[in-house]
Amino acid sequence: MPLGLNRPQIVLLGVNHNTAPLEVRERLSLCESDTPAPKLFAGLSSCTEVVFLSTCNRVEVLVSTNCMDEVKESIKELWVDRGKMDFKTLQDSLYEYEGMFAVRHLFRVASSLDSMVVGEPQILGQLKDAYRVASEANTAGMVLNRLLHKAFSVAKKIRTETRIASHAVSISYAAVELAKKIFGDLSGKNGMLIGAGEMAELAAQHLMASGAGKLVVANRTLSRAVKLAGSLGGSAISLEEVENALIDADIVISSTGAPGIVLNKDRVKRIMRPRRHRLLFFIDIAVPRDIDPKVNDIDNVYLYDIDDLKGVIEFNKAEREKEAFKADRMVEAEVIKFMAWLESLNVVPVIQHLQKKAEAVRQREISRSQKVLESLNDEQQKALDILTRSIVQKILHDPIVCIKKGAQEKNNKMILDATCRLFGIDGLEETPKLQDKDLPDDSQDKTIS
Amino acid sequence: MHKFLFQITVFIYFVSTVGFLVHIITLRKDAERIATGFLFAGFGFHTAAFLMRWFAGGHPPLVNLHDSLSFTAWAMVGSFILFQWCCKLKSLGAFVVPFAMIIMTASSFQSTEILPLPPVLKSIWLPIHAIICLFADAIFALAFCIAIMFLLQERQIKKKRLGAVFKRLPSLETLDAMNKRCLTVGFPLLTLGIVTGSIWAEKAWGSYWSWDPKETWSLITWFVYAALFHQRLTVGWRGRKAAIMTIVGFAVLIFTFLGVSLLFSGAHSYATWLK
Repeated sequence: MPLGLNRPQIVLLGVNHNTAPLEVRERLSLCESDTPAPKLFAGLSSCTEVVFLSTCNRVEVLVSTNCMDEVKESIKELWVDRGKMDFKTLQDSLYEYEGMFAVRHLFRVASSLDSMVVGEPQILGQLKDAYRVASEANTAGMVLNRLLHKAFSVAKKIRTETRIASHAVSISYAAVELAKKIFGDLSGKNGMLIGAGEMAELAAQHLMASGAGKLVVANRTLSRAVKLAGSLGGSAISLEEVENALIDADIVISSTGAPGIVLNKDRVKRIMRPRRHRLLFFIDIAVPRDIDPKVNDIDNVYLYDIDDLKGVIEFNKAEREKEAFKADRMVEAEVIKFMAWLESLNVVPVIQHLQKKAEAVRQREISRSQKVLESLNDEQQKALDILTRSIVQKILHDPIVCIKKGAQEKNNKMILDATCRLFGIDGLEETPKLQDKDLPDDSQDKTIS
Repeated sequence: MHKFLFQITVFIYFVSTVGFLVHIITLRKDAERIATGFLFAGFGFHTAAFLMRWFAGGHPPLVNLHDSLSFTAWAMVGSFILFQWCCKLKSLGAFVVPFAMIIMTASSFQSTEILPLPPVLKSIWLPIHAIICLFADAIFALAFCIAIMFLLQERQIKKKRLGAVFKRLPSLETLDAMNKRCLTVGFPLLTLGIVTGSIWAEKAWGSYWSWDPKETWSLITWFVYAALFHQRLTVGWRGRKAAIMTIVGFAVLIFTFLGVSLLFSGAHSYATWLK
């Protein structure tokens, strides 16, 4: 094998929510197969290292290999075979990334830039799980270890340095965010839930989780209110008691199925004096609306209906997209750094051979002078050994430094060829196994991670 | 020397103002850190300038308009630093520091000559009365900034415009609580200022109250803040109404501070002294 081509290459094959329907994604996740999917892929002869990621929105296989085309074919075959699907469906929904494109895709996935809801936090955890499975099964080696760790640190950096995840994009989160902007600290603030409904319950749950104090649940049928109050950790009242209870409430979530207005402006106005004009926040997620929109005109009362909240969410989504641009730029910088490191891997065998050859020469020359050297005592022999060793090291030092420096450059082939010719190194067929300690260090990387 | 220190102070406050403005526009944390650092330094220089001027003149430098503006700015910055230390309010610096900067600029256009003190003012009551009054003014200036922030934020939330301004300002209730805190400190100070002034008047002129324009307007200011204080405590006024009232009170206060001094003549009038 010619020099320089034996460095590992990275390939990523997969489908996501944009390219494949759920049914195809389910098949590709190979969950019905008796051997777990990561093991199946690791069994492929052309795969050096594998990580298999399967979430509800994507299925991806990331491999490090020495022969790219072969591995792609065998992965597809395995999918067709085990997933019981025809090749054309697979080919139509599959994306294939090689080299830096694969690295970039992985970084974007980890940073949640490729997610359905940009910035959602689950994907990083799922990727970490996938990686843990791979490293427990010993299918992730040096290259993927480093790649995945880089992906995690890129994701973390993007999360902290951009505001990609800082805007609420669901109704219930947006409502709680707003409440925080009105009340600051939610501790000691009382919540009230009028009517029941999935979204309203969710919002009430978030509210309680964010530290709100008491919760009162009002419902037309008291038994339902009691049940709901039990599950949310609050107390139940009937609809008639709402007006009195409003005096103590600060955040009111309303979602009754009533056909008309439940709370009008006058009723709310009446309770403001006994409330001593404390701020009051209404969240009306019922359709048709429960609370008279005019309530918003009262001083110290703020009313948001479902459309207002949707407006907030749309705005927040746009903000996330804006932040995604910034994140993409950060991903790009990290991809370039990783590729430089990968590029530098092909200098390792050359350096190893150089050192091996020099050591062989030293040993041979010492044994040739064996007769003369025999007369030396132990101490002198030891000194001689150290002396010859350090001569070899000193001579090799500059060439090795030079090779390592050149390693990160795009075209390091020239310097490697020159080295082989100058020192008469050939026959690199049996490549020594790469080990972490042999790797060129990239100190610039360490300062960043 | 004190003039030189004063100029340095103005310059440092200017840098700090720019820092706080950069922070509120770009939301860069390092800008805020640098601005706060400069503010501390400026406050140090300002204190030194005040002491040097006292030393050079032989009496507390609280006599002419330059002095009182400068001292008000000093008290504002001082109370701002204290406030931020005990309960940090997001973006407050971008309102307070530029305001203090404007006061300092106004002060630097006034005559900085140290004139001999008229014998009638030579009294221990001069620093006591002036410092208390100017501190009250500074606290109300802070309350004014907070009220402006409240109204801005309230408008965003009421009109459901949750954009750049909304993101940068603190929550309504925090702002309202701070407004209340300023009032509970500022109002007693103002009361005390008027009382000490009255005592001093008795010592100097033999009468507690002589209805000179400054006294009259101080009383009007006191009534405005007293009304707000009362409504807050008894009816539970808060939010928008309280913020608007704070702003009205501050407008009257500015008139008492500047308008009366420059327009009318009387014991407090800088206009007559300058002639």
